[in-house]
Amino acid sequence: MKENIFGKPQTPEIENAEEGRLVINLGPSHPAMHGIVRIIATLEGEKIVDADVEIGYLHRGFEKTCENVTYNQVVPYTDRLNYVSPFINNVGFALAVEKLIGIEVSERCKYIRVIMSELSRITDHLTCIAANAMELGAFTIYFYLIKAREYIYQLTDDVSGGRITPAYTRIGGVTKDIPKDFKNKAKPVLNSIRESLAETDRILTRNRIFMERMQGVGRISKEDAMALSFTGPVLRSTGVPYDVRKSQPYLVYDKFDFDIPVGETGDNYDRYLVRMEEIYQSIRIVEQALKQIPDGPITLEARNVSLPAKEDVYNSIEGLMAHFKLIYEGVKPPPGEVYFAVEGGNGELGYYIVSDGTGRPYRVRIRPPCFALMQGLAKMLKGGYIADVVATFGQINMIAGECER
Amino acid sequence: MSEVLIPKLKEKFSNIVLDSHSFRGDETVVIKLDALLEVCKYLRDDMGFEFLMDVTAVDYPGREKRFEVVYHFYSFINNYRLRVKVRVPESNPAVDSLMPLWSGANWFEREVYDMFGIRFSGHPDLRRILMYDEFVGYPLRKDYPLRKRQPRIPHPD
Repeated sequence: MKENIFGKPQTPEIENAEEGRLVINLGPSHPAMHGIVRIIATLEGEKIVDADVEIGYLHRGFEKTCENVTYNQVVPYTDRLNYVSPFINNVGFALAVEKLIGIEVSERCKYIRVIMSELSRITDHLTCIAANAMELGAFTIYFYLIKAREYIYQLTDDVSGGRITPAYTRIGGVTKDIPKDFKNKAKPVLNSIRESLAETDRILTRNRIFMERMQGVGRISKEDAMALSFTGPVLRSTGVPYDVRKSQPYLVYDKFDFDIPVGETGDNYDRYLVRMEEIYQSIRIVEQALKQIPDGPITLEARNVSLPAKEDVYNSIEGLMAHFKLIYEGVKPPPGEVYFAVEGGNGELGYYIVSDGTGRPYRVRIRPPCFALMQGLAKMLKGGYIADVVATFGQINMIAGECER
Repeated sequence: MSEVLIPKLKEKFSNIVLDSHSFRGDETVVIKLDALLEVCKYLRDDMGFEFLMDVTAVDYPGREKRFEVVYHFYSFINNYRLRVKVRVPESNPAVDSLMPLWSGANWFEREVYDMFGIRFSGHPDLRRILMYDEFVGYPLRKDYPLRKRQPRIPHPD
């Protein structure tokens, strides 16, 4: 038995081994645990009286790695944070560094970033609902929604050249412009998502089994959620309308008309409803953005930030030098520190970057939304049944890559 | 964005606020280590900062006080962010835990302990969170080598 620094026994098996109690170990590798996570639950009959959540199985040293590469080289790593909505991570990191440098990207680039972020949000929510429904026995929903997600992957693949790891943004812009036929291709995709959602809605939303598994389960109060630093759909399900896109609009989110759905009771069913509605809202944003998107450059014309055009690199010494310096030394923000948050699929995704004036970040810190959610998981599980672990954990939507970095 | 909170905090805690700056609209105050709980209680109860968004640390080897523990607060009612920092010496890296004020400080502080070896006094369950218990050293300190390898741990059984 190991002791931590306060001399408390570390294994809950020993702490909680009372008469009539059973300590069981869920995970680290369990079919209903997306991502590797371990829950040590103390049961009384079928009721959970105590739970200890253990993470760290996918820690890859993201923050340490970032201190040793240039700013643009961090972008591909950010894909691997929340790999279900990689574009939001890319955009968040680029915006944080741009804030640090003090530049603003072109209008067209802002629209492209919004469109890609919202498509990513849709894939995130679709995956969450699909997996959650599947784990509760509604396998059909999984196929409907994953098929819808596949259409978006194809669409974003056309734009960035990568399905799950697009590495799409650069400091000061994006890698490629959206294809000419993007608007035409997006229309049927968005319509098919609407259809899939309507089908899901018909099968799931008033489904008696589903409702009984979700309603009143994994409940958390508004006060607890705020004290536990919850953000995103889980916080909104308790009735707090906090969304970074509305509270502190970044990019061009203030130009769109969209709503922030909130729940009332803070249970799993409300979370499901909030996520469903958010997909519709994201579709609305994408449609408005596609209508409004202006023409123009996609990267900033600044030699110290974004790579010069290839013609310049091959035909002028200045262009070649700028290219060389940017590749070898990287973008050099002034010394300072910034915190920038975007609304990720699971909540506030914050980047805290400290620069010492060189081409490599002195410190990059990610504020992962599901890290905060996971620490509240034990509280949400206590008092419930062992079978509810799957429902609650599914609605937390833990993405190990983001939680453990 | 101009400075909004810094003057107010400076006035209220004139001998506690050591340093302050406002960079790209982010307001930062550096406060005395032992006054952390007092200031944070004031922030939560009187200034409406309901959210403790993030706790992290930065390692500055060579400084007199090596570590900086960085807190990001967010106020939903006022829609405002604030960064509070405390400087921690290497000889006794200990900070008061914010667990009495925000239960959400729990894992964030455990992560800082795990990565930097900064202890949080009053934290009820301070153990490693991302690394395993047998891991030696603190990986996010600047003197921890990037490519250092540690021996594999035999399975307990």
